[in-house]
Amino acid sequence: MSNDKLQQAVLSNDRLEVTDSPRLRLDKNQSFGRTLRKNLFDGWKNIFLTIVTAVFSILVISQVVNFVLSNSWDVVYIHLRLLMIGQYPLEELWRIWFALYYASFMIGATWGLWKGAAKAVGLTFGTVYLIFAVIPWTTLNTSLNLAACITLIAAGFVIGHKIEKIKVAVLILWALYIPLTLGLIMGFGGLIDPVLSRYWGGWLLTVILASVSIVGCFPLGILLALGRRSSLPVVKYFCIGYIELIRGMPLIMVLFIGQLLIPLFLGGSTGMDNVTRAMIAYTFFAAAYLAEDVRGGLQSIPTGQFEAAQALGLNKIKTTFFIILPQALKAVIPAMVGLFITILKDTSLVAIIGLADFLGTARRISNNPEFLGRYLELYIFVAAFYFVFCYLMAYVSRYLERSLSTDNR
Amino acid sequence: MSKYGKYLLSAAALLTLSACASRDDEVQGVDGDNSTAGSGETLSAVIDRGELNAGVNDQLPGFGYVDSDGSYAGFDIDFARAIAAGVLGDADAVNFRPLSAQERFTAVQTGEVDVLLRNTTWTASRDTEVGLDFAPVTFYDGQGMMVPEDLGITSLEDMEGLTIGVETGTTTELNLADQMEALGVEYNTQTYDDRDALIAAYEAGSVDAWTTDRSGLVSSFAVLDNPDDHVILEETLSKEPLAPAVLHGDDQWNDVVTWIVFALIQAEEFGITQDNIDDFMDSEDPDIRRLLGVDEDLGGYLGLESDFAYQAISQVGNYGEIYDRHLGPDTQFDLPRGMNSLYEDGGLQYSMPFR
Repeated sequence: MSNDKLQQAVLSNDRLEVTDSPRLRLDKNQSFGRTLRKNLFDGWKNIFLTIVTAVFSILVISQVVNFVLSNSWDVVYIHLRLLMIGQYPLEELWRIWFALYYASFMIGATWGLWKGAAKAVGLTFGTVYLIFAVIPWTTLNTSLNLAACITLIAAGFVIGHKIEKIKVAVLILWALYIPLTLGLIMGFGGLIDPVLSRYWGGWLLTVILASVSIVGCFPLGILLALGRRSSLPVVKYFCIGYIELIRGMPLIMVLFIGQLLIPLFLGGSTGMDNVTRAMIAYTFFAAAYLAEDVRGGLQSIPTGQFEAAQALGLNKIKTTFFIILPQALKAVIPAMVGLFITILKDTSLVAIIGLADFLGTARRISNNPEFLGRYLELYIFVAAFYFVFCYLMAYVSRYLERSLSTDNR
Repeated sequence: MSKYGKYLLSAAALLTLSACASRDDEVQGVDGDNSTAGSGETLSAVIDRGELNAGVNDQLPGFGYVDSDGSYAGFDIDFARAIAAGVLGDADAVNFRPLSAQERFTAVQTGEVDVLLRNTTWTASRDTEVGLDFAPVTFYDGQGMMVPEDLGITSLEDMEGLTIGVETGTTTELNLADQMEALGVEYNTQTYDDRDALIAAYEAGSVDAWTTDRSGLVSSFAVLDNPDDHVILEETLSKEPLAPAVLHGDDQWNDVVTWIVFALIQAEEFGITQDNIDDFMDSEDPDIRRLLGVDEDLGGYLGLESDFAYQAISQVGNYGEIYDRHLGPDTQFDLPRGMNSLYEDGGLQYSMPFR
């Protein structure tokens, strides 16, 4: 009890509050000028540092602004379609739009139902849609589709906000999202025409590769982590061997093995296209790393939890899945999201096996004779785009971490 | 004990895998002998499929790249289209498979591509150990050296003590070393992962000179800030004959690719172009009639339609048209024909007779 009170007292004491910029805290009672003087021009060392930093910042910012304004960004906007979806056939574009509609509505509904981090996701997607919709180089068709996406986010939000009952339906629809949209994008058996993976490219390919390997590596990684702690020697040593073997190899080599050795061993008759081979390579690679992250979580669970579960009469499977794993996974959310962000960015390595992901497409475009030497604008665009989505993932992970933490340890 | 056994085992597995991977990168010929194709298999496979699988480069300006619409274009790409036109009657029936330098030979060995048109130099080891067969050279290239004009360098001998930039993982670095050793010139190399970085370093003065294939040097003039301040040395460091490659062992398919390439060169020799080819259909010249399949069925001997040359020329153009379209004076490369002129103009392009 007294412990709790003490904690509250500590928390309420704002001197211990941790903020990102403790020095530049604006005090409402002070004028702006005084705050400035107190925080930035406090003693000659501070004055010196402030001036140096200011000069440096002005230099950098003016250079950046100068670069942004003095360059014509035509190389980026002419190739927006290539950068986003690669060579995906135009007449089949409705499939991508459907996937985006679906995602927009779901994000909106999630935002309405659960609030929290989904708000950031919804706002980010909405902003990105809006930017692409209003820049003058998008066609009217694209702008309308993007406007529809924004509307769907809003509609989803309203529906989710009003009708609490659809929670289960939304969860089921989320679970179906990747199989459904991926099936649509590649065309499933006989129902609609297939769009061969050789036409996938750009951000579309990056997202497909990353999401399939993230979703695929998750169960595999958990199984490997559990297997590594198993008491059955065969299972245990297989898992250890697998994890250590994969972790002992560079990702490029795993990709090469998937790309070159598998067809050589199987005589080229695998019928697997190179996107599938890359997906498999990424999934197996990421699973080994995820397994180690999860193992860290498993090991952090105190034995008391096992004993308590045993005392309640839960069997081993129930203990693992209802008591241990939820706590273990929660503990390693930051590490897992770090891994997922890495996977998203590592997909750019497919360039070495002849696939054109987001970055690879930018490289392709910079080798178009009409745009030779215009790589800088492309790379900046690619970097900014990657940053927005990686930062979004990191933000959501931080939020999940905060909202799931029960402070019981 | 089992702990150490485990480590040993994984180390052994790792070594085997890495050995496989590196052997694959360098020599490419592991399975060259037993993965050869039987005669005629490839042609019938292509015809059954209705599509030619062509391994190409997607990042080489002028030769193989993706244009703003997302379709493949370039000098090598047009040869793939010509082959598809000759074999299938449709220049668009090509599945372009972009290949990296590392995986290109495996893609041929495993039959993933029917023909490799990826600026591949015809060398003895690739023809034999790697298990490829080469069609006639489509582009004679050679390694050159670019230097700033104000350094006053006229030959490789003047380059004593200079720093030369090269791309990593290419044969240019080895060629440079061979040449310089033969000349007894001391120099430093600086390697770069990609050409954009190399050119940027050269312009910034981090390297004194840089070397790559002549076609690449010439095309870089389009990127340099002051192209007039730079010169390409007369000397050629190596021969780089770029040719289409197919899997060793399928002689008929090799013949098909070979004679389609010859047909494009022969068409230029005769002055037959995409636009005027229909005027030649009633030509009196027996050589032209044979080439276009009016009289004799040369195509039939190859397993193709008799009008295979007509299809290739009318849909893609003759050799000179392909060259001009991608590398000629109307492009920003403005690459002189040089060795790639017809033999009658003092070049090396020469078709065997269609008889």
